[in-house]
Amino acid sequence: MRNTFRQVFHSPRFVTGFVIFIFLLVTLIVYPLVSPGDPLEMIGLGSFFKPGTYISVLDAAGTPAQTLKLPDAADKRLSSMLSESDRVSMLRWLTAVGVPESEIDLQDTSSLLKLWRENYDAKARPKGMTMSDRRFYQRLDEQLESAGSAEALTLMRQDEAGENQEVGRVSGTDYVNVKDVANVRTLPLGTDNFGRDTLKELVSAMGTSIRIGLIAGSIATCIGLLLGLLSGYLGGFVDDLIMFFMNIFTVIPSFVILILITYSIGQAYRGADTVAIVIGLTSWVWTGRSVRSQVISLRNRDHVNLSRLSGHSLMRIILTDILPYIASYVVMAFILQISSGILAEAQLSLLGLGPRTTEVPTLGLMMNWAMLYSAHINGAWWAYFPVILVITLITFSLNLMNTGLDQVFNPTLRD
Amino acid sequence: MKGYRRYFRKKIFWFLITLAASILLNFILPRLMPGDPVAAITARVAMGMNDASAVRRIYEEYARQFGTDKPMLQQFVMYLQNLLKGDFGLSFSQYPRPVADIISSAVGWTIGLQLPAIIVGWMLGNLLGALAAYIRKGFDRVVMPVSLFVSNIPAFGMAVILLVIFALRLKVAPISGAYAYDMIPNLSWAFVRSVFRHYQLPFWSIVLTAIGGQAIGMRSMSIYELNADYVKYSRFLGVPDRKIVGYVFRNAMLPQVTGLVLSIGTMIGGALVAEIIFSYPGLGSALLTGITRLDYPLISASTLIVTLMVLVVTFVLDVIYAFIDPRVKAAQFD
Repeated sequence: MRNTFRQVFHSPRFVTGFVIFIFLLVTLIVYPLVSPGDPLEMIGLGSFFKPGTYISVLDAAGTPAQTLKLPDAADKRLSSMLSESDRVSMLRWLTAVGVPESEIDLQDTSSLLKLWRENYDAKARPKGMTMSDRRFYQRLDEQLESAGSAEALTLMRQDEAGENQEVGRVSGTDYVNVKDVANVRTLPLGTDNFGRDTLKELVSAMGTSIRIGLIAGSIATCIGLLLGLLSGYLGGFVDDLIMFFMNIFTVIPSFVILILITYSIGQAYRGADTVAIVIGLTSWVWTGRSVRSQVISLRNRDHVNLSRLSGHSLMRIILTDILPYIASYVVMAFILQISSGILAEAQLSLLGLGPRTTEVPTLGLMMNWAMLYSAHINGAWWAYFPVILVITLITFSLNLMNTGLDQVFNPTLRD
Repeated sequence: MKGYRRYFRKKIFWFLITLAASILLNFILPRLMPGDPVAAITARVAMGMNDASAVRRIYEEYARQFGTDKPMLQQFVMYLQNLLKGDFGLSFSQYPRPVADIISSAVGWTIGLQLPAIIVGWMLGNLLGALAAYIRKGFDRVVMPVSLFVSNIPAFGMAVILLVIFALRLKVAPISGAYAYDMIPNLSWAFVRSVFRHYQLPFWSIVLTAIGGQAIGMRSMSIYELNADYVKYSRFLGVPDRKIVGYVFRNAMLPQVTGLVLSIGTMIGGALVAEIIFSYPGLGSALLTGITRLDYPLISASTLIVTLMVLVVTFVLDVIYAFIDPRVKAAQFD
């Protein structure tokens, strides 16, 4: 036994898969400790906030400021104010007054502004510009001037009489330390369509999905093992009967049965565990078939015959003479069942037959909502890509462990 | 040919049995719903409807289809009769379009997409796997981990990734549908080109997900065969390498065909979900419409047709298998 473990942990594939899986599990346990809170809490009003750090504007204004004189502050301020369409408009003016297009770099704000200041003239009338175009450029120029000078902002507070009272001033050189601001929230993966913290939800969803995989995998493996053992060892009528069902259910796609059952259960009764149980009940056939063929090859081995001749009970023969020989196989099948269970949940959820949304997040549900709100078309990669990555990593690590085990137990496959 | 008769008779027998079982399941499972299934379905459909007579009509239509007032056996006979006539009832989401009409327009797209994709994926996967087993070092080191990783990206994930890269970023492919939305299906050159352009992303997303798993299976089988005694013996005899490789791959292919038979259902299930991402007008999208719009007749018909497709493909593969596996042939001539 110890030797087997040593061999298993010397297989590079198994170890890689194991490390990835343990990493995911550790994240699952540690992250909620670092960042506690309800993963389904809708913190953002609006959907798909970008990943990043959010600082309370009110608190930042109220925090005592320090003065920092940074040379490029004005330029940065301008470049964040200049929208893409403004830049294109500037380009249009500049080319109209005769600046060669090759000299203009739209992304380099300081050189663009320099060119603008040199070439813009409110009185000029370039060819092809209408009156309203020129008005537009005047406004744009005024905007640029005022932004560049970085005037101070006055903070007002409305008292009971409804009159504004000045409470402070913010100038262009005022800075506050992020650590001093009372309310700062980092959303490493932004928010989803409901305004929920995506990372927190993802970690929690990963937990639920792994649990679904474990429940479905355990049920499928237990049923498959039991039926496989019975059918393989007993043979005869029992074998025929079980094989009859196995033959039917290998051909009828379990996915279809899954759809029919989950639909029939109805939304109200469809919790994560129910879905897991249904997945388990529909996916035992693979395990059953392979256990059966393994048992058949073991059935007439000498040690089994010896046990039988010694009058050992059926239970004992199965437990001591057959199970140990197929244990490695069953473990491998179990690992595969977990990953296919997780996938099955994701696919069901994408069809709208996943667990109820309000209770727990699952990877499939996250994917489903991201797709329903067209996260991929809105460019909100954080809402779907991490989900795909996590599903892939889970199944990848499980399959790596499986092939690693396969190489240990089937020496012919070794490199 | 005569020797195959027993084999085929057995296969046809099993085909009919599984067909009967799947029809039975399709009939029974929704009827196992707790309470009155018709009331339950109507309640779901009627959610948010305040026109009492419309709700009543829906209830009556379901009651007619289910025939819940009659005994179970008679219901089943009715169900079979409707099935034979190709009558799946009327769709509720696209009332009064018959479900058979929706399904028949969807089936073509699904078959046209999935069959070639799965076959191409299977072939490419086997080729890669065989190469990896034969060349080993280097190629094997790179191809195997990569295809293992790629094969674990779920089909819908691959679909989204391809969609974002090629349709949204590079803008070289359309975002959704099977042909340009302003076109009416016809046999013009422009339409065919549009279909072809829309075909690429769904096709490759299915192919890419199919390749990995097949490559891994083929690699294991080939390595297993390459280490077999007959290979060593042939080497000692001085049989040319090319010939040995031919034997090995032929033997390694057989379990791969069986593997395809066993996994075709799972593959089609995954590909149906990938269809949804591209809003490809196939059975996957029909199923989604049925589920989201609570259109029970559409769901029931879609699942039945998907099952039927899998059954037929499996049967065809079984027939092909009989001709390429010498053991089946030998068993027939004993």
